[in-house]
Amino acid sequence: MSAAVLSIHNLSVEIPTRTGVVKPVDGVSYDIAAGEILGVVGESGAGKSMAGNAVIGLLSPPARIAKGEIWLNGTRIDALKGEAMRRLRGKQIGMVFQDPLTSLNPLLSIGDQLTETMLTHLPISRSEAEKRAVAALEEVGIPGAAERIDSYPHEFSGGMRQRVVIALALCAEPSLIIADEPTTALDVSVQAQIIALLKRLCRDRGTAVMLITHDMGVIAEAADRVAVMYSGRLAELGTVRDVLTQPQHPYTAGLMASTPLASAGKERLHQIEGAMPRLDKVPDGCAFHPRCEYAQDKCRAAPAPQISDSHAACWFPLIAEKVS
Amino acid sequence: MTDLSNQTVAPKVVQKSRLRVFLDSDIYYTFRRSPVAVVSTIVVTILVLSAIFAPLIASTNPFDPASLNLMNGFTAPMTPNAFTGESFLLGTDDQGRDVFSTILYGMRVSLFVGVAAVLFAMVLGITLGLISGYVGGWTETIIMRTADVQLTFPSILVAMLIFGIAKGFTPIEYRDQMAIWVLIIAIGLSDWVQFARVVRGATLVEKRKEYVEAARLIGRTPYAIMLRHILPNVLSPVLVIATISLALAIIAEATLSFLGVGAPPTQPSLGTLIRIGQGFLFSGEWWILLFPAFTLLTLALSVNLLGDWLRDALNPRLR
Amino acid sequence: MLAYTIRRVAQSALVLLIVGLVAFSMFRFVGDPIENMLGQERTVEDIERLRDQLGLNQSFAVQYYRFLEGAVQGNFGVSYRQGRPVAEILMERAPATLELAAVSAILAIIFGIAFGVFTAIRRDGFVANFIMSASLIGVSLPTFLIGILLIYIFSVELNWLPSFGRGETVDIGGWSTGFLTESGLKALILPAITLGLYQMTLIMRLVRSEMLEVLRQDYIRFACARGLKDRTINFRHALKNTMVPVITVIGLQLGAIIAFAIITETVFQWPGVGLLFINAIQFVDIPVMAAYLMLISVMFVAINLIVDMLYFFIDPRLRVDRAGGH
Repeated sequence: MSAAVLSIHNLSVEIPTRTGVVKPVDGVSYDIAAGEILGVVGESGAGKSMAGNAVIGLLSPPARIAKGEIWLNGTRIDALKGEAMRRLRGKQIGMVFQDPLTSLNPLLSIGDQLTETMLTHLPISRSEAEKRAVAALEEVGIPGAAERIDSYPHEFSGGMRQRVVIALALCAEPSLIIADEPTTALDVSVQAQIIALLKRLCRDRGTAVMLITHDMGVIAEAADRVAVMYSGRLAELGTVRDVLTQPQHPYTAGLMASTPLASAGKERLHQIEGAMPRLDKVPDGCAFHPRCEYAQDKCRAAPAPQISDSHAACWFPLIAEKVS
Repeated sequence: MTDLSNQTVAPKVVQKSRLRVFLDSDIYYTFRRSPVAVVSTIVVTILVLSAIFAPLIASTNPFDPASLNLMNGFTAPMTPNAFTGESFLLGTDDQGRDVFSTILYGMRVSLFVGVAAVLFAMVLGITLGLISGYVGGWTETIIMRTADVQLTFPSILVAMLIFGIAKGFTPIEYRDQMAIWVLIIAIGLSDWVQFARVVRGATLVEKRKEYVEAARLIGRTPYAIMLRHILPNVLSPVLVIATISLALAIIAEATLSFLGVGAPPTQPSLGTLIRIGQGFLFSGEWWILLFPAFTLLTLALSVNLLGDWLRDALNPRLR
Repeated sequence: MLAYTIRRVAQSALVLLIVGLVAFSMFRFVGDPIENMLGQERTVEDIERLRDQLGLNQSFAVQYYRFLEGAVQGNFGVSYRQGRPVAEILMERAPATLELAAVSAILAIIFGIAFGVFTAIRRDGFVANFIMSASLIGVSLPTFLIGILLIYIFSVELNWLPSFGRGETVDIGGWSTGFLTESGLKALILPAITLGLYQMTLIMRLVRSEMLEVLRQDYIRFACARGLKDRTINFRHALKNTMVPVITVIGLQLGAIIAFAIITETVFQWPGVGLLFINAIQFVDIPVMAAYLMLISVMFVAINLIVDMLYFFIDPRLRVDRAGGH
C-alpha cells in the first residue's frame, strides 16, 4: 500500500434529493501504483466518473463524499478544502475529460492555456513556461508544435485537441492522471493513437492512471488492472488478464460475453437481461441479483461481500463454482 | 372523491381528476415552495379583483362630476377636510376626487389596456407565426424580416411612433375617445414578435408530420388542425411570454400615459394619474402622486415576479 | 471577413431604406401636409403651387427618392409647430441628449457588468441575492417612476440636486456642453442615474445568466481540474466567454438608452431631442417625428454594425481568414 500513488478506502458519495439520499458511489476501495493503469469500467451511471470526480475534488454540489478515505502519495486528501485542494489539482492530479471539443476554452490560444497552467503550479518564468509549452506539445505528438502554439482550439481536429488536453493535464507533472472516457468522443481510428500516447507517457514518467471507460476494448488495450463497477459498487477487481479471461462476477462475465472483442468467434453477442437499477431504486441484497442468472436467496437477502481475498463481490463467484 | 369509489368497483387504472393531476404536478410543487410566487399571485389576484369591482368598492365615481365637491380639494390622507370635515383614506386631489377611487378606476384602465394589448399581440403573433411557418417562401421572409427590423428598436419607441401616426389619422374631435384603443393597438403591435417566433418554430416542426399531409389530402384546411397540435407544444413558452409581456405592457401604457401620449385625463390610467400628480409634488401634496405610483409599482412588480417564476419553473435549465 | 462586412453593411442599408419608407409614408399620408403648412386662408392656386413645389404631384417612387435624397443631405423639411428647419432644431438639441446618454451608458455598463459578475460568482451569497431581488424591482420600476422618486428624495425632501433643466452650459464650437460647469454637472446626476438604472439592471441580469451558463461549460470544469486560481477562472476564462453574447445586447442597450432618453428628458424637462420628439407626437408634428425616426435609426444601425465588427476582435473562431488549417 505504501507504493500506491492513489488509495481509496470504502469511498461513498451521496446526493440528497427530493425523495431521499441516493448513493452513486457506495463503499468502493482500490489502489493505483506508480506507472500503473487501472481501468475503471461499468455502464453509464455505475458511479465510475463520480468516483473520479470525488478524487479530484470536483463533485458538483449537492453531491458530497459521505464516508471513506482518499490517500494520495501518503497524504489524506478527501477532507481537503478550497485552496489546499486547488493546489493539488493540476499539480498532483491531472484530469482528461471526454470531449476535447468542449474541454478547451475557445477564446484562448493553446499556448496561453498551457503557460497559465504551468505558471500556476511551477516556480518558473514566463519564457521558461513558453519553452516548456512547446516541448509539451511536441511530447504529445503535435506536428510543428512551435508554430501552432498560438493557434486556437478550433484550428485543431478532434484527435489533435485531445492531445492538447493531455498535454495540459500532464504539463505540471502530476503523479496521478484521471482520464474520464478519453476516447469515447473520438473517431475509432484516432482512439488507438490516443490510448497509445497515454500509455507511453505514463510508462515514461511513472504516472498512475485511472482510466474510466465503458469500453472493454480500451481496457484490454491499455489497462494493467481492472475495477468493474455496478450500481455504485465494486463488482470485481483484478489484473486485466484474470478479469478478461476468467471473470468471477456474473456481471463481469455477462459484460465480457457482450463485448465483440472478447467474444470474438462466437456467433451471437450475449445480452444481459434488464437494465441497471435507478439510483433511487437499488434493490436490497446484491444490487445485481434481479439480473443475475445464478441468483439465490442469499443474494436477495444480504449485500454482496466486500472484495477481500477473492476478486469478486459475489456470494457465488463463478470460479468457485467451477472448482467445487 | 369519485376516484376513490371507482377504485373499489373497477380495479382498473384509476383516472386521476384534472385537479388531482395539477396538485401532484411539479409546477404546483415548485409553486408552493416559492413564497415569492404565492405572494405575487395573491397580490395580483387582489389587484385584478379590485379593478374589476371598482364601482362596488370605490366610495364615489371620481369621474361623475355630480359626486364631486371642490371644497374637498387637497385633503390629506386620513385627516378631516378643514371645510367639510370629510375624511379620505388616501386623501383627495385638486378637484376633490377621492384618490383611492381614482386609483381603482385608473387600475381598471391600466389592466384593461395591458391585457387587451397582450391578447392582441398574442393573436397577431400566433397568426403571423403560423402563416410564416406554414407558407414559407416570400411570405415568411417578409414577416420575419419585419420582425427583425422591429426588434432593432425598443418596443416603447415603436409604440410611441404607432400612437403618433394613429393620432395623426384620427380626427381631432375623436382623439380622446379613441386614445384607449389606439394605445392597445400601439402596444400590441410593438409586442407580437416574440409570439410569432415561438409559434413559427413549432410550426416548422409540426409541418413535416404526416397528419398535415393527410389533412390536405382529404381536402381539409391544415391550419385549424395544425393549430390544435401546435398550441399545446407552445403553450408554456407562450404563457411565459404573455405574463412577462403583460408586465411590460402595463409599464408601457403607464409610460405613454405619463408622457401625455396615452390615456387622456378624462379616462385616466395609473400613468395619467402620476402625470397629474407630478405637478403637485413640489407644493407638498405628495399623496396625489405617491399612492398611484406605489400601486403601479406593486402591480408591475408582482406580475413581473410571477412571470419570472413561471419562466424558471417551466424551464429548469435557466435556474 | 470582407464578404461578411459587405453583407452586414448591405443589410443595414436595407433597414435604413425600410425605416425611410415608414418615415416618408408618415410624411405623405398622415394628415395633409398642405393643410398643415398653409393656414385657413388659402386659395386653390396656393394649394396647387405648393403641391407642385413639394413634388406631391409626382409618382410615389420619385417622391420617396427625393425624400431620401433630402434626408441624406440632412434636409427633413420644416417643423409644422415651430416653423423652423427640422435639422436646425435637431442639431441644437442633440448635444444635451448625447451627453446624457453617454454618461448613463457608461454608468450602466460599468456597474451592470460588475454586479452581474459578482452575483454570478457568489450566486448563493446574501449580498448577491439581495442585489438580484433589488434588480427585479429595478426592472419592474418604470423609468419615469425612478425619476420622480429621485426628484422627490433629492430635490424636494433633501434639496440637494436640481429637478429640471441642464444647468449652465458652455458653448464649444456649436456644441453646448454641461460638463464644464458645476450646475451642469449637478443637473446631470439625477437624469443620468434615472436613465442608466434600468439598462444597468438589464445588463447585470444578462451578464449573470450568461456567466452562469459559461461556468457550467466543460472548459471551465477543465480549468478547475487544472487547479487554476478562482480569479483566473472567473475573470480570464469565464468573463471573456460571457462577453461574446453580452456585447450584442449592450450594443442594443446603447441604442435603447437614446430612445429611453425620451422618458427621462420629459421627467426632468431636459432640453434634448427626446423631449422634442414627445412634443412632436403630442402636436402631430410629422416632420420632426420622421426626422427623429431617421436619426435614431442611423444610430441604431451604426451601433449594431460596430458591435458585429467587435466580435472579430473577441472571438477567434470568427477570424476565418487566419485559420491555420486542419
